[in-house]
Amino acid sequence: MTLPSLLIDEIANRAVDRKLPDGSPYRSLSLMDSLQLARRYDLMGWEVEIGALENGVVPERYARNLHMMSPEDQVQLLQSRVSVIGLGGLGGAVTEILARIGIGRLSLFDADHFEDSNLNRQFLSNLDEVGSPKAEAAAARVGRINPSVEVHAAKVLVGRENAEALLRNSDGIVDCLDNIQTRFVIEDAARRLGCPLVSAAVAGASGHLTTVFPSDPGLVSVFGPRDAAAEKGSEASLGCLPQAVTFLATLECSEIIKILLGRGALLRGKLLTADLMDNTFEILRLQ
Amino acid sequence: MEAHVQIKLFANLKKFLPETADRYPIAPGISVKDLLIQMQVPLEESKLIFVNGVKSAPEALLRGGERIGVFPPVGGG
Repeated sequence: MTLPSLLIDEIANRAVDRKLPDGSPYRSLSLMDSLQLARRYDLMGWEVEIGALENGVVPERYARNLHMMSPEDQVQLLQSRVSVIGLGGLGGAVTEILARIGIGRLSLFDADHFEDSNLNRQFLSNLDEVGSPKAEAAAARVGRINPSVEVHAAKVLVGRENAEALLRNSDGIVDCLDNIQTRFVIEDAARRLGCPLVSAAVAGASGHLTTVFPSDPGLVSVFGPRDAAAEKGSEASLGCLPQAVTFLATLECSEIIKILLGRGALLRGKLLTADLMDNTFEILRLQ
Repeated sequence: MEAHVQIKLFANLKKFLPETADRYPIAPGISVKDLLIQMQVPLEESKLIFVNGVKSAPEALLRGGERIGVFPPVGGG
């Protein structure tokens, strides 16, 4: 990506010297400066932020990531596109975290509207938005958290006929669905697109999570043969508690971030299981 | 010699967990499937079985000392 040299000059002029709490110095670009420069140069905020990072300036909103993620890492995230399918309990929390960490482009899909019964666990739902499309609420929320993120939010049911087209150009796909059958459809599309998939499922206070690369056996090793798999699981009677969905959502984001950065241990061929009632957390081998 | 296994049941299956789940007596050579039948855990719900942290078939035989985990289908989010 080539940015105008005038923009790079302006970033340098506006940057100020700051220090992290441990005294480490860095050059900082304020949130307002990022936004103003994006508007002035008709760019997305994430493009301006990449310009800053590539020229030794840290957008202030990412400053506290510096010791865990290098400027190159942050650029890598800002250049990435992640698709989130399902914007309920898992998807709401996933969207929140991915927007805050600075994934440059988010594609967000859900065909549903918020209902009263979503309020127990779904971060994107609030009193004003009961009855509103989840995709709309997700786009609005990302805009309030991090307007540098380019959002494509669609009120659409992801299915066999449209999954591949909707998920094209993703660097990572997060399965946040609330049923078992559609997960296989997403996995098929991810495989055809050559894209890694992170999948979590919850019931009550327990759940599990795995990461599937196109060459991996994948969800059949978790849910069994798709023809024999049910539509719904234990969640139909147990529901999903907010601490469980949010916990699994956090783990999904952790996997996606490691995939994008190309480092860290992944749950490929493994299933992380959690039961928050008796604090059991295990990583089990699927193959 | 008496053999025991440690059993962990998830989600909907939890209600079938015996009080002695941490040290459940078995006859060595019993299969996971027969153990689940003995505990009255519905087999059609016992979709995902792990023995000592590795996915296993219901027919896997137990000697004693194993840790067994069983998940029903879970798909919520």
